Amino acid sequence: MSLIEFRNVSKRFGRQVVLDHIDLQIEEGESLVIIGASGSGKSVMLKHMVALLQPDEGEVYFDGRRIDPLPERKLTRVREQFGFLFQMGALFDSMTVEDNVAFPLVEHTRRTREQISRIVDEKLRLVGLPQVRRKMPAELSGGQRKRVALARAIALEPRVILYDEPTTGLDPIRADIINELILKLQRELKVTSVVVTHDMQSAFKVGDRIVMLHEGHLIFDGTPLQVRATDNPIVRRFVVGEAGEQDLEALRPTVG
Amino acid sequence: MPLRVVERVGGRTTELLDNFGDFCIFVGHTFAWLLGGLFNVKHWRLLLPQFYEVGVRSVPVVGVVGAFIGMVMAVETYATFAAIGQESRVGSVINVSVVKQIGPVLAAVMLAGRVGGALAAELGTMRVTEQIDALRVMGSDPIRYLVVPRFIACVLLTPILTAYSDVLGILGGWVIAVFSLHVPNQAYWYYSTHGGVGTWQIMEGICKAFLFGGAIALISCYKGFNSGSGASGVGRACTEGFVASFIAIIILNFIFAEASQQMYQAIYGLKSIFG
Repeated sequence: MSLIEFRNVSKRFGRQVVLDHIDLQIEEGESLVIIGASGSGKSVMLKHMVALLQPDEGEVYFDGRRIDPLPERKLTRVREQFGFLFQMGALFDSMTVEDNVAFPLVEHTRRTREQISRIVDEKLRLVGLPQVRRKMPAELSGGQRKRVALARAIALEPRVILYDEPTTGLDPIRADIINELILKLQRELKVTSVVVTHDMQSAFKVGDRIVMLHEGHLIFDGTPLQVRATDNPIVRRFVVGEAGEQDLEALRPTVG
Repeated sequence: MPLRVVERVGGRTTELLDNFGDFCIFVGHTFAWLLGGLFNVKHWRLLLPQFYEVGVRSVPVVGVVGAFIGMVMAVETYATFAAIGQESRVGSVINVSVVKQIGPVLAAVMLAGRVGGALAAELGTMRVTEQIDALRVMGSDPIRYLVVPRFIACVLLTPILTAYSDVLGILGGWVIAVFSLHVPNQAYWYYSTHGGVGTWQIMEGICKAFLFGGAIALISCYKGFNSGSGASGVGRACTEGFVASFIAIIILNFIFAEASQQMYQAIYGLKSIFG
């Protein structure tokens, strides 16, 4: 049985079809990377996995249980098993780093203040930022913010971590630190990872399986080696970062 | 052409009803969490920062507005009362107006601007930066965590701020009437309390403040929760939140005044301030 499963999932926003009858299985312990152009629906797919969005058609399963029709109250137990790293971190900007990381522990456990403080310390050390616990999110750099958000995402020791564009907006060195951190968490916490990205370097580094979303369909599913060797023109163009004829057409001069 | 107009009107009406339905569901969820979480001590820690934000930080602005309302009322009513030789009774009109109508309404409007705007902006920004989604992912209901404490703070503190605004309004009117317009001090207070301000009038102002506070919190939080993307979306949520709160205050004030008047007449009959 797969840990996460999409059965025939479709999602529309207005007239735009973002997901078109998607089938996908993600196994426990796997590290899956979803690639695709900006606006192709990768984040929408990720949000379906934790029922932040509901499909218009189809079904979403977690650990053999259908989760898409569950009411918010019942989803709490399901969501406790997920950590979600949002694109911009989504740290609560009215709280310190310490309070941000402690948030899920305060909300969902009966641990004492000392125990929570110890866990916060441990998680911040794990992401390499033990010195920032008293700072406010506004005082952190983009990379630090993502690492603190990651510390918060793993506070409840989830079974699955979902990463939404973890390296976007970071310089190559900081992006690589995030990639290494994803690998480290996989190794040390034995979690299932789903990473949404359009950064191919990151995809090749952290993924042991890569799928590509294009115009609402999954057009490719394979290992990083298979991605490099594929002759699918859309996947190839995406991997090497080459604009298509259709994209260039719009840039050609219309007069003269 | 006429068909297109009908289509547009129909579309707009459907959209309005749709939004109103969403708002009712939002209000329903807020009350469900309010009743469910009332006895959970863990949730009480969320109240203190909201009490500070809504209450303490509104004290200067509500005070200034209250004092000046009383002063303006004194200046405006004095001339009319002096023309008919009844200037000594000016206190009754100033104080009844301040306590029953202008005080609560203007205090609520000030709060709609200061607190309502801040609520819509804060929650709108949280939505745009995915902080509300982050709450949901971490298994915390955003309505319980964000809306309920703000709602409680607004409902409990708007009447207190209204009472404070009333006191300063009464003092402002008294200062101008007695020290600037030379209305006899004793007569000013005598007529204020005899046939003027009584428990009913004070309670009417305070009771409607509960409704105003609730309306400001629910409308502003709803607008923030449904804010569009980007800075313009948050800006629009703030503006819409204030305008809708303002309209709600005016409509609720009318409904409350009508109901209160009927009740008052049923209990006490008609009373004249010149009686």
